[in-house]
Amino acid sequence: MSEAFALTPDNKAKADAFIARYPEGRQASAVLVVLDIAQRQNGGWLSPAAVEHVAEMLDMAQIRIYEIISFYEMLHAEPVGEHMVRVCTTTPCMLRGSTDILEACKGELGVEVGETTGDGKFTLTEFECLGACVNAPIVWIDDDYYEDLDPEKTVAILKAFRAGERPEAGSQIGRRGSEPVGDWTSLTEFAAPGGAREGA
Amino acid sequence: MGLADKDRIFTNLYGQDDWRLSGARRRGDWDGTRALLARGRDTLVQEVKDSGLRGRGGAGFPTGLKWSFMPKESDDRPSYLVINADESEPGTCKDRDILRNDPHKLIEGALLSGFAMGAHTAFIYIRGEFFREAERLETAVQEAREAGLIGPDACGSGWDFDVVVHRGAGAYICGEETGLLESLEGKKGMPRIKPPFPANTGLYGCPTTINNVETIAVVPAILRRGPSWFAGFGRENNTGTKVFCISGHVNDPCNVEEEMGIPLRELIEKHAGGVRGGWDNLKAVIPGGSSVPLIPKSLCDTAIMDFDGLRDLKSGLGTAAVIVMDNSTDVVAAIARLSKFYMHESCGQCTPCREGTGWMWRVMERLVRGDAEVEEIDMLLAVSYEIEGHTICAHGDASAWPIQGLMRHFRDEVESRIVARKSGREAAA
Repeated sequence: MSEAFALTPDNKAKADAFIARYPEGRQASAVLVVLDIAQRQNGGWLSPAAVEHVAEMLDMAQIRIYEIISFYEMLHAEPVGEHMVRVCTTTPCMLRGSTDILEACKGELGVEVGETTGDGKFTLTEFECLGACVNAPIVWIDDDYYEDLDPEKTVAILKAFRAGERPEAGSQIGRRGSEPVGDWTSLTEFAAPGGAREGA
Repeated sequence: MGLADKDRIFTNLYGQDDWRLSGARRRGDWDGTRALLARGRDTLVQEVKDSGLRGRGGAGFPTGLKWSFMPKESDDRPSYLVINADESEPGTCKDRDILRNDPHKLIEGALLSGFAMGAHTAFIYIRGEFFREAERLETAVQEAREAGLIGPDACGSGWDFDVVVHRGAGAYICGEETGLLESLEGKKGMPRIKPPFPANTGLYGCPTTINNVETIAVVPAILRRGPSWFAGFGRENNTGTKVFCISGHVNDPCNVEEEMGIPLRELIEKHAGGVRGGWDNLKAVIPGGSSVPLIPKSLCDTAIMDFDGLRDLKSGLGTAAVIVMDNSTDVVAAIARLSKFYMHESCGQCTPCREGTGWMWRVMERLVRGDAEVEEIDMLLAVSYEIEGHTICAHGDASAWPIQGLMRHFRDEVESRIVARKSGREAAA
């Protein structure tokens, strides 16, 4: 289990820049972001070698790092699939059909919650409230939220990921954000619905 | 009738316009910030007090009063502003819109608020799941820095001010203000015993004020347009505008900024397309995020959406996240799912919460099926009262209140489910 791990020069520079954001001697404040950088480099999980490396970098005891990994949902001490598929099933999503979304994911991926597909492509998990409740139901894949889903759209998204594509994130029924689907009931003086997408 | 667009603070709530500095300036952000700072620290605190602004993160503590707890003179320790962007309360998704569509309102608010409390640094703790939102926020901070709006001599005011974006990694409890501080220091996010309060001993042992994203983001508008403008909306002690999140069984779920004190029914019917199947198909509403007790339709008919109005109904405004449940809802299952949430998110340091949330969830799961004795309802309530008020932070209370609300209004339904199952069994036997 002693495969070596060290941040790449690029990632080391990124990590150092984050560490520099905090006061002298408070480098432990950067632990979550440095672990995130290490985890991304290491294929989605933190191996013992990665933990050792981060612990040394931040001058922390390794057990403190393990405590943090077990406390925070986004950090993993075990290998995971290439894509993390996290289905929000808390009450606001549940009211909008997340139970069916979860079933669709299980069916399409052929795994139960907490399992990774045989080809190592997907890990399926249930997640607590993702904080996008007016666009429920939501599935969070890798770094993006897929919103306003139904089972068919969910399956199509998973198929696209399996084919190596990255489907466009956000609302799957054409909403820009949290506005109503129908006519706007506020902010009509500031922009007509369907106006140009910002930054495009 | 309702809030006019000209009085809305979050004019890019839906992201229809440019979120970057150029767009923000066009919408009036960063306009004359230096002059606002020149009014001086005490004036800014007084103006926020006069506006009646109460914290938008759930607890509703008066913001100006909170700021006034910060030391006037430094004892060599720096003061910190910490902005809570760990938005995770089920039903709540308003801060997300501010972070992704109006980040400069937050950054300008951070400068003004930080200056008012004597802080040279603001940390924005954003939940790790909001990866794209954090990217935008980082970009906006960089823009503000390059434009001299923050950084050394921010806006030419002579005040040095920096903003640090800090990403979490998935833990609801880090939204509790002292859990957040622990997490920010690089530890597990376990809430701290108070006192000492953060204004005295907070981040790195220094004086710290923790405010919600929306609270900080409305500060520039209050200072620019005047406290009486803000206080002119809503009722006394419940002033201002508020971003509401309307989710669940409505025809058109959405976020909307409205006047505090808008009737619940008007909010739902005007902005969210009404309850699915019509108002009479309404069963219950959780009016302020998952932690507040639900209210049945009979109370929804006349409910007023502000702190006092919902407190009078034994519920709360919380984060103003309105979760709507129509008559098709299994309300016992809906609350049981929240019990699972609180069990999952308990940090585990206090026994009543660690053990109690799991115990309550297991009983709730049986109640969903009716697989229980009627007496267990009172036992469940008794346990909920043993948890409430007996933990370091409010997570214990928050786990108890949804169940108490359920039993207050839907006990009949829970009991009849038990009776139905029993009689079914007996009939079958």
